[in-house]
Formats: sequence, C-alpha cells, structure tokens
Amino acid sequence: MMLVLPILVPLSTAAVLMLAPKRPNPQRWISLAGAVVLLASAIAIFLRVNEAGVQVVQISAWPAPFGITLVADLLAAILVVAVGVVGTAIAGVAFSGVDPRREAFGYHPLVQILLMGVAGAFLTGDLFNLYVWFEVMLVASFVLMALNRTRPQMEAAFKYVTINLIASSIFLTALGLLYGATGTLNMAALARAWPTVGSPGVHTVLAVLFLIAFSIKAGLFPLFFWLPASYHTPPAAIGAVFAGLLTKVGVYALIRVFTLLFHGQSPALVWLLLAMSAATMVIGLVAALTERDFRRVLSFNLVGHIGYTTASLSLLTPAALAGAILYVLHHIVVITNLYLVSGVLLRLRRTTDAAGLGGLYRDRPAFAVLAMIPIFSLAGVPPLSGFLGKLAIVEGAFSAGAHWVGGLVLVVGLLTLLSMARLWSDSFWRPAADTPDFASPGAPLVAAITLLSLITVAMTVGAEPLFALASRGAHQLLQRDEYIRAVLGEAP
Amino acid sequence: MELLLALASGVLYAAGIYLMLRRRLVQLIIGLGLLSNGTNLLIFTAGGLTRGRPPVLAEGTAVLQQPYADPVPQALVLTAIVIGFGLLAFSLVLAHRVHDTVGSDDVDDLGRDG
Repeated sequence: MMLVLPILVPLSTAAVLMLAPKRPNPQRWISLAGAVVLLASAIAIFLRVNEAGVQVVQISAWPAPFGITLVADLLAAILVVAVGVVGTAIAGVAFSGVDPRREAFGYHPLVQILLMGVAGAFLTGDLFNLYVWFEVMLVASFVLMALNRTRPQMEAAFKYVTINLIASSIFLTALGLLYGATGTLNMAALARAWPTVGSPGVHTVLAVLFLIAFSIKAGLFPLFFWLPASYHTPPAAIGAVFAGLLTKVGVYALIRVFTLLFHGQSPALVWLLLAMSAATMVIGLVAALTERDFRRVLSFNLVGHIGYTTASLSLLTPAALAGAILYVLHHIVVITNLYLVSGVLLRLRRTTDAAGLGGLYRDRPAFAVLAMIPIFSLAGVPPLSGFLGKLAIVEGAFSAGAHWVGGLVLVVGLLTLLSMARLWSDSFWRPAADTPDFASPGAPLVAAITLLSLITVAMTVGAEPLFALASRGAHQLLQRDEYIRAVLGEAP
Repeated sequence: MELLLALASGVLYAAGIYLMLRRRLVQLIIGLGLLSNGTNLLIFTAGGLTRGRPPVLAEGTAVLQQPYADPVPQALVLTAIVIGFGLLAFSLVLAHRVHDTVGSDDVDDLGRDG
C-alpha cells in the first residue's frame, strides 16, 4: 500500500492546511512537514522498487484491468523522488516570504495539491486516471498562476489556461477513441491488446492525438509558444515548481505511451517526434539567445532542453532512453534551482532584466559562486551533471546510428553554453553602477538553492551509480514484460 | 443512432473550435464548453451504444448476458462532465477577472500595454 502515500500525504497535508490557522507561520511549517514526509515516502518506494522490481497496487482490490492500478517502475519511482525534492525545496522557500495575497488565498494547500497531481500522474497505470491527475495538477496550477490581478499575470494565466484546456480536450478525445478501439484504458492491458486491435489508420489517428496532447503539455515545437509567454510572470517559487515538474509530466507521458503502446509500430510517428524535437532544440536555444531577461532566457532554455529528452526518446534504444532519463532528472533539479536564483535576483534588484542586473559578483561573491553551479550545470560544463546527461544522450544517439541527432545535440549544447555564459556575465560579472539592495536575498531561499546545488553536485559525484540506474530504468521500459506481468499477471 | 451521435459530436467540435478562434473572451469560453461536451458525446458513442440492456444481473444468474450496455464509458463520461464543469466555472471566473483588469473582452487587447 506504500504506493498510495505520495498521493495521500499531500492530500492530507492540503486538508490540514485548509483547516489550520491562516497565519503564515503554521501554514509554512505544516507545508514543509508534508513535503518532507512526501520525500521520505518517495525514497521508501524507490528503495523497494530498486530491490524488488515493479510495484503494483490495485485500488480497492479490483483486479486489473477493471479497477485503477498504481504502478511504480524505476522511472516512476525516481521521478516521484524528484517530486519530493522539488516539493521540499519549494515549501522551504516559502519561509522567505510569499506574496501575502497569495498566502491568504491558499498558496500552501494549492502547492500540495499540485504535488499530489504530479505524483499521481507518475504513479498511475491507467490512461484515464492519468487524465484525471493532469486535471488535478492543472487546476492547482491555474489558480496559483491567477492568484493576482496584475495585468501581465492575467494575460499569462489566460493563455496558459486556454491552451491547456485545449490539450486536455484532445487527450480526452484520444482516450474515448482508444477505449472504443480496444475496450480498456489500463496501460498494461493496452500494451498487450494494442497490436491485435484495429486498423493501421486507427493506430495512426490515436498516436497523433496523443502526440499533440502531450506535446502541448511538454512544450514541443510547434506547440510550445504558450510556455515562454506565461512562465516568467508568476513569483519565482511558483515558476520553479512549474518549470521543474509540469513540463516533465508531459515528457513522462510521452515516454510511457511511446514505450508501452507505439513501440516499434509506426516508424513515421517516431520520425515525426524526432523532427519536432530537433526543431524544439534549435528554435528554443536560438530564441533564448535573443532574450535578455533572466527568466525568459530560462523559459526558452527549458523548451530547448525538453527537445533533448524527446529526441533521445524517439531513438528508442536502451542507451538513448537512459540518457533521456538521466537528463530529465538533472533538468528537474537544475531548472527549479535556476528559477529560485531568479527569485533572489528579484529580491535584490526588483527585476530580472539584464539592464537592471550586473555587478552581483562584486556585491555578493558567495552567492555568485553558488549560482554558478546550476548555471554552468545547465550549460553542460564538465564535470557537472548537465555534461553527464548530455554525454549520455550523445552516446546514445551515436550508438543508435543517429549521427545527425548526436551532432545536433552538440551544436545546441554550444548554444546553451553561450546563452548561459551570457546569463551569468549579464547578471553577475558585468560592471554596474552601485545600486542598494531592495531586500535581503532571504536566507531560506538561499538555503533551498544550496540544497538543490548540493544535489546537483551529488549527481555529478555519483554519476556512475546514477547512470547504471537510468540504464536499468530504460531496460525496464523497453522490456515491457516486467511491467505488464506485474500489473496483469501471466499471459493467459 | 451511432451516425446521428457522431454527427452531433462533430458539429459540437466544429462549433467549439470556430468559437475559440473568435476574439471575444465569452465566445472562447462557450467554445471550450462545446468542445468538452463534444468530447463527452464522442466517448459515449465510441464505447458502443446498446439500448435497453442495462449491465445488471438478472435474479438468479451469475453472468451478464450479451449484449449489454458497457458501464465503463458511462463512468468515464460522468467523470469528464464533472471535470469539464469545474474547469468551465473556473474559466468563467478567470474571464471575469481578466475583464476587470484589462477593461476589455477582446483577446487582442490582452497583450497591449496600458
């Protein structure tokens, strides 16, 4: 029953938070406690999966494929641990102050609901249930984004809500047609039934509908324009949790449907995904180079790097998929961290635009050095975790014979390096007039950045076991038997 | 019957998408509502239609007799209707707020400064 915990813990934390006194202090402590328990339960699940293989819970003991199944394979377990880490960091950041309006209107319970939605999406073994978790996560994110009445935030929230509702409708359409074609929405049962049911035409229609729906969520070209238009407006902590987790759910859903359902079925579809990913990488990073605002640069980098993971997913070899898993993990930690860094910049200078930054290396050398870790890890400077992730992806691409993908990843890596070097230089190194700090950087915020930077360093030092883990995760995804047997039992 | 429902859901999709391409916030939201109802109808139809055969065991039998109406799409549609209703309510409130803040219900005015 352990698998239910990452869903139950945030849910009960949110319930307690709604009943607890509305003063900031109790709310913050309860929220942090909930996040730490979530992290602990996620680690417990991960250790169990790592030791004993795929874990399954049939809710209310309804046998699969009739009830709702929760499944944790290695990929899901690692990602739930990442949810715990990001949740803990975000709950900690709240101690350096949340916009009072947001805090009074349920900031803390909403963050917990968001974490529940993400954890549920990673753990579910049923596609309709995945849709429900998507909606849970989206509604929480909608409210978090719109809990303020400034004009840019309203504009961003409206775009964000509209495009996500369209994506959900497409996803739901695909689910309806899929049920009509196969008579089940349990992922393991679908993996078994998929090849024998329906005509190639039905397969293609369904696959493209899923591809469009998840690409909107993940932010793939040509469907990513909503992301840079909205992610830079909410406060840094909210931007951090959105950037770290929400797009990754889209990537996770793509990994799931491509490995379980469309595996080796339609080469054209795989090519489509590869082409979209390649365009995402190039356009994301070129656009990042045209921006001078810290958070906008991050948004476009986020988009571009999603392309890395989906490009190596589309190669569908164990080495490339391991690279994708490693990169997703690295990216969750680093991009969350960078949005938090932008929060410190906002507190110090009231802006994240390059024009108002600069000179921070002179004013705050210790923080500048700390911020170097995530910035240069994202840039892929050896030996940090970004370099290792890229190395795994490039190796995977070359060993799969997709030389141009490997080459493209290297070129885009160079663009990332350029963009990140300019970012660091613009905000920290460039000489600037003496400006007094508007506010202190906020000790809890810096503590969260330090924690995430330490995790990045740990991922660098522990690269060997981590890579072995990602490889095992990739094998488990591609050898679907273990997953299917764990859910459904032996084939009849 | 299938044909009729398929046409109805197609018309709902078309009308929904047409309305979403308009510039006014209210039309966009009505479009979203139509789109989600079109989807609900589609799930219901794609699951197969069986009239007058509820999936209820007759007294003294242990197995359902074919054909019977599949209960799963109905459960899915029920969930989807509830979620769709919640989202529609939320987007109405959001549109109201946007109108309050921006002072216009034209989507193009959103991006303009001032």
